[in-house]
Amino acid sequence: MSGIDQSKIRNFCIVAHIDHGKSTLADRIIEQTGLLTSREMQAQVLDNMDLERERGITIKAQTVRTVYKAKDGEEYIFNLIDTPGHVDFNYEVSRALAACDGAILVVDAAQGIEAQTLANVYLALDHNLDVFPVINKIDLPSAEPERVIEEIEDVIGIEAQDAPQISAKNGLNIDQVLEAIVEKIPAPGGSSENPLQALIFDSLYDSYKGVIVFCRLMEGTVRKGTPIKMMATGATAEVVEVGYFGAGQFIPCEELSAGMVGYITASIKNVKDTAVGDTITNAANPCKEPLPGYKKVNSMVYCGMYPADGAKYPDLRDALEKLQLNDAALQYEPETSIALGFGFRCGFLGLLHLEIIQERLEREYNLDLVTTAPGVIYRVHKYNGEVIELTNPSNLPDPTEIDYMEEPIVNAEIMVKTEFIGAIMGLCQERRGRHVSMEYMEETRALLKYELPLNEIIYDFFDALKSRSRGYASFDYEMKGYEQSELVKLDILINKEEVDALSFIVHKESAYERGRKMCEKLKEEIPRHLFEIPIQAAVGGKVIARETVKAMRKDVLAKCYGGDITRKKKLLEKQKEGKKRMRQVGNVEIPQKAFMSVLKLDND
Amino acid sequence: MKKLSLYIHIPFCVRKCHYCDFLSAPPRENEKKEYVEALCGEIRREAAAFGEYSVDTIFFGGGTPSLLEQEELEKVMKALQDGFIIEETAEITMEANPGTVDRKKLEGYRRLGINRLSIGLQSANDEELKELGRIHGWETFLTTWKAVRECGFTNVNIDLMSALPGQTIESYTDTLKKILALEPEHISAYSLIIEEGTDFFDRFGPGKAEEDRLPSEEADRTMYALTGKLLQEAGYSRYEISNYSRPGRECRHNLGYWTGKEYLGLGLGASSLVGHTRFSRETNLETYLQAAMAGESTVVWQQDLSSRDQMEEFMFLGLRCTKGISAKEFRKRFSADISAVYGKQLHKLKSKGLITVDETGQIVLTSLGLDVSNQVFVEFLK
Repeated sequence: MSGIDQSKIRNFCIVAHIDHGKSTLADRIIEQTGLLTSREMQAQVLDNMDLERERGITIKAQTVRTVYKAKDGEEYIFNLIDTPGHVDFNYEVSRALAACDGAILVVDAAQGIEAQTLANVYLALDHNLDVFPVINKIDLPSAEPERVIEEIEDVIGIEAQDAPQISAKNGLNIDQVLEAIVEKIPAPGGSSENPLQALIFDSLYDSYKGVIVFCRLMEGTVRKGTPIKMMATGATAEVVEVGYFGAGQFIPCEELSAGMVGYITASIKNVKDTAVGDTITNAANPCKEPLPGYKKVNSMVYCGMYPADGAKYPDLRDALEKLQLNDAALQYEPETSIALGFGFRCGFLGLLHLEIIQERLEREYNLDLVTTAPGVIYRVHKYNGEVIELTNPSNLPDPTEIDYMEEPIVNAEIMVKTEFIGAIMGLCQERRGRHVSMEYMEETRALLKYELPLNEIIYDFFDALKSRSRGYASFDYEMKGYEQSELVKLDILINKEEVDALSFIVHKESAYERGRKMCEKLKEEIPRHLFEIPIQAAVGGKVIARETVKAMRKDVLAKCYGGDITRKKKLLEKQKEGKKRMRQVGNVEIPQKAFMSVLKLDND
Repeated sequence: MKKLSLYIHIPFCVRKCHYCDFLSAPPRENEKKEYVEALCGEIRREAAAFGEYSVDTIFFGGGTPSLLEQEELEKVMKALQDGFIIEETAEITMEANPGTVDRKKLEGYRRLGINRLSIGLQSANDEELKELGRIHGWETFLTTWKAVRECGFTNVNIDLMSALPGQTIESYTDTLKKILALEPEHISAYSLIIEEGTDFFDRFGPGKAEEDRLPSEEADRTMYALTGKLLQEAGYSRYEISNYSRPGRECRHNLGYWTGKEYLGLGLGASSLVGHTRFSRETNLETYLQAAMAGESTVVWQQDLSSRDQMEEFMFLGLRCTKGISAKEFRKRFSADISAVYGKQLHKLKSKGLITVDETGQIVLTSLGLDVSNQVFVEFLK
């Protein structure tokens, strides 16, 4: 590996809106540079979690090194860094971009530019990457490459006239993309003689090797035995192995030097020590300063996770521990609920991240979970000057102690077909959005900018956006900061007893509406008991909505003769099983489903 | 001598009713003949193992067993008499649907020793009967009823149903009154249960198109209360969740099911409890015929009941009877104290007002307990 000509290295990524064909193009690049034959490839090599394949999105950054023999007769090393494709993972995306020297912008020839296209391109341009566009899906009957080229030039302002027009799916014109990579993406700089300075853009935990750190060397050299130090976390270790990325495998090599992308292992036990964005340097000969841009990733969304079967609490703890080895952004701490027993308050980057963790716990660790309504972190300012970061509504101090509360606000960009502007503005209005601006991208499409409270978009904003625009809207956001807000805690009382796991924080104006919907939903979910059960929503002890589950009057097997006994007993056993899965609150049995059903309240 | 009940299944009917989830269908050409032959073979074969039992009840169920011709029934009875020791005083019941029997047939039954009839009337309202898919009307039933009494049957049950689609409190009251005027010895009154896999489920099941044609809960409960009230006033007592009789006219055969008595079921799909084993037979007619004709066992499923299973059954079957269960009987049967096994559950149910326990240790469902008996029964399951 040593002595590689820096001018023959190309470090790049692909940026695109979801579904515009990023992963398919990555596959074609890998296939056509001969790393894998198409037979060896499973569809979309880089998305290697089951979940990623199913959802068609990339959750973790994936990286592959491949060698391309260009038309000039020279061999080039391509390091393709595939970035996560969701707003929840924006920080990871920004670090992956920082590891690149250029980016390919993939735009769907039929759809044109979308909100994430813009967000990602701007992010790439912010990192001073050279970006060249590729028009994908030109095989579609609805493809309008000329219009899209114009749009790219008008909206983003980059040259697009000679953009390769490809079909990644059919492998059409991929050679043009490969040549463009050589021509348009600059070779890396840096000197292997300088002190080591390497950017961590991802890491993963391997039970044999410990943490495998994915990094881009900006300066210097690293090899087996190099003492290293992570400049932000302060962790130190001695390098055990360095190498580069084959397709789905790690290939060890002698050393990594400035301009190269590869991995380092050093018997590190915890991914927390190798935070994404941190700088690795030589502990014996450190660089002067770390690379810019490091920040500690904070959870934005919290919820309670409880095992459906209380006895599985240790299993849940073990599973979370294991997932955290690979996911530094996942946070959790034990908590207890009167209704749900022992569980964990978990923090996530966003709702998708939450869903992914939940699905992985259920699928990979075979756990049945009860999840409470996700919420954001509220800041509670008390009269005594104390400020509490509130992640669990149950911990809200007594209202008499609270001076005021703040909630997180995001800057949101929504790109939408003009005919749906009214509908989308209506939605943002309902969600307490503050209109910032509206620009027409072209005659038929507009970019809406809104400031929205985070807690209004973590539930079902995506779904509502999609249904109200018939799919013709895309959305992206970033944190803006905290603002004072009129917030209240909405409590749910079932048969006069407060159910802690159902409490949540809501804006004063929305309290009645949400309370009413919660009561309606709970009425559907709670089975009849021998007595009447009032379901109430209350704010500060005052009931604002009420429903009633009527008393059970009939629950009987009318016939039970010789041939029925076994079958009827099975029915009773099934009924018993259902009862076992319920949570007892006071003298009411609440199905676990009820705790989850209140997460989805919007039917429009 | 140990006592045994026999159940004989006749899987044929004129036409499948819309609410029916029993094993029955209209017979094809020659099918009845073949079936009787196979059944008789099975009776003779299986009887050999029951030499130390005497049979005190026999029940012909279906389907519509009254569809059998006299000579077919004779064959079956002959096989039974040849194989089993049948007590002189045995209760021998035949299920019969209105319109499927006449005087001649009924006289034949009498000659064969059949001394109890169970007639599937369901309703006295012709529209309701049509909705159920029954082949008879009220007039047809009356003709049958007249013949039944004229032939000297003095132990007869009439089946009734409430909560039927389109049924009103008035029409149900009318049905009850018409039945009571006939003074049958026994009445089974069922509240319609929409069973999955029936035509009714697809029409009236939860969320289905005609669900709202079922009487409201309020109406259903009113009909249910009316049943108890009118029948009690007319001198019937409720001895099980859905069964009412004149004194001494309880169905001995069915009581056996609820008290853990041994029974042997013969014929297609029939279930048995022998010793501590439950077993049941092939449910596919063709497969059944082949096996039975070849002299092979038709048992396709069996389960040995653990003592826990037996206790559970003792509780949830015994409590179906209004006389309830006794702590003494429990101890005798299981050599264990009922309060040691179910003390916690009994206490809970008592405090909820679902059961009462008297000083002799007799446990019975309260009126509320009868309405929501499943809530009681599940407590005794693991």
